[in-house]
Amino acid sequence: MITIAKLTIGEAARRRVLWVLVILALLAVGITTFGVATLIQGARDRGLGDLAIKFAVSQILIFIAFMFGFVLVMTAAFFGSPAIATDLESGVAQAMLARPLRRSSYLIGRWLGLAVVIVGYAVVAGFLAIFAVGAVSGYTPPDPIMPIAYLAGQAIVLLSLTVLLSTRLPPIAGGAIAVVAYGLAWMAGVLGKIGIALGTGALVGVGDALHYLLPTDALWQGVVFGLEPPLVRTLVGDTFAAQSPFYADAPPPITIVIWSVIWVTLVLALAVNQLRRREL
Amino acid sequence: MPRVSLDLPAIEVTDLRKRYGQVDALAGLTMTVGRGEVFGFLGPNGAGKTTTVKLLLGLARPTSGTGKVLGAPMGDLTTRRKIGYLPELFRYQPWLKAREVLTLHGELIGLPGARRGTAADEALGIVGLADKAGETVGKFSKGMQQRLGLGTALLGEPALIVLDEPTSALDPVGRVDVRGIVRAAADRGAAVFLNSHLLSEVEQVCDRVAIIDHGRVVASGDLDDVLGKAETQIRVTGLSSSDLAAIEPFGPPTLLGDLLAVRPMDEARVPDLVALLVSMGAKVHEVRSGRISLEQRFLALVSRDRPPAGTPSAQWLR
Repeated sequence: MITIAKLTIGEAARRRVLWVLVILALLAVGITTFGVATLIQGARDRGLGDLAIKFAVSQILIFIAFMFGFVLVMTAAFFGSPAIATDLESGVAQAMLARPLRRSSYLIGRWLGLAVVIVGYAVVAGFLAIFAVGAVSGYTPPDPIMPIAYLAGQAIVLLSLTVLLSTRLPPIAGGAIAVVAYGLAWMAGVLGKIGIALGTGALVGVGDALHYLLPTDALWQGVVFGLEPPLVRTLVGDTFAAQSPFYADAPPPITIVIWSVIWVTLVLALAVNQLRRREL
Repeated sequence: MPRVSLDLPAIEVTDLRKRYGQVDALAGLTMTVGRGEVFGFLGPNGAGKTTTVKLLLGLARPTSGTGKVLGAPMGDLTTRRKIGYLPELFRYQPWLKAREVLTLHGELIGLPGARRGTAADEALGIVGLADKAGETVGKFSKGMQQRLGLGTALLGEPALIVLDEPTSALDPVGRVDVRGIVRAAADRGAAVFLNSHLLSEVEQVCDRVAIIDHGRVVASGDLDDVLGKAETQIRVTGLSSSDLAAIEPFGPPTLLGDLLAVRPMDEARVPDLVALLVSMGAKVHEVRSGRISLEQRFLALVSRDRPPAGTPSAQWLR
């Protein structure tokens, strides 16, 4: 398993994927920092106080995190969807699986290697962005580890789904299905919040159910909570704004965090089962 | 390294069946491959050759039947350390260098870290890629990739080497090289299971062959068993049945009209037989010696009950 994980990380490095990710992350951080610095200067020129600026920066950070989260999820989908399928189609997997290599070790090794790359990307790009914005604005989230951990968690959930799909579907189909599922889960989360605001039990139920079916949106709430200053929660309170997808009054409950770990484990177990049953 | 018993056959399968949907890819395959022998496995497209290889390696599961490889059940994880395999569809990580592919496979079969590099270099040398060790596989021609695949199959001195169409991408020089490599492996004591369409190649290198069609063995044994023994046919006049006794020291003779056949007969003694016939006053018009080629035998066996190419019922055989 470790051999395959190392091979997968080596592949990402050798195919220059890692370096492209690093360059893109640096570019994103540079543009974000420049944008935030320009906006702050403009706000100060208009006489806005530090508190207002802090609030604005936290909202910008959340919006950037949303876009970064989407990029991260897309990266996971594009990495995961060919992970098994392309190896099976090309014959690379057959040459290796004729060796004393369990199919479970092969699959988990591929997943692990990709997870290391994606989590590494999330950590490096995430911390760089938070601290670069902090340097120019003076605002740093109270616990910067939390939003990055939840962002990485989202990507791991989607990576696991695409690896499962990759055992049976061609890469493009698996990637497309995973991205659509992610979008649907996010929309279901928004509908659930609207349901809370309107007091519509059915919508709330759909939102809650989808949080368990694909827990990416539930984890997104952890990203938002980790990035916003406590003051925002005081200001928003029970107003309609509390149901915005870019606001969270609490981190995801521990049950959903535990469920996410179980979800990933179950999906990987299903993926292993699918690969074991497949005739090569 | 796992211990494998040298007493047991390298491969032993009994009534092996594999069904894909409504099609029987294997319909009761029974065969044995001994240690240290080069075994040719022949058959037309769709006969079940690659399916057999995949079952032996555990890449697919049989519908029924049993099989043992190096004394262990087919697909046994530990035993796979002693099996080298060149797939029909030979593809290796295109972003790795040739030597890295071999060290990776060395790691997968459990070679100690210190031994992997040496084993990789040895294998590259054997397959003629020593000077390409540092080149990325993605830049290799098909022939070079097949040589690399052969190198991976030779890693760790396996007790069984399974080669699925090992020369399909090679030029004539490469094919000669492969014959030498196969014989050298057999001389070392490895069993070689050679799945090939190239009948002349099989004829030159194999100790025993099996011909498979419609998923079952239609002929098997050593080349003499499958092809029949060598015979000499002489078109001759001036010879009578009473003269045959004098010819018997060369082999059992038969005379049909003007055609004298001696079977079996050592080809090296043909000039002596001709000299004897001439001394007996017979007139020799034509001499033919040898046996039918594997190709002739193969075509005779697999063309029975076969619908003409292009008819709907022939399609599934492709």
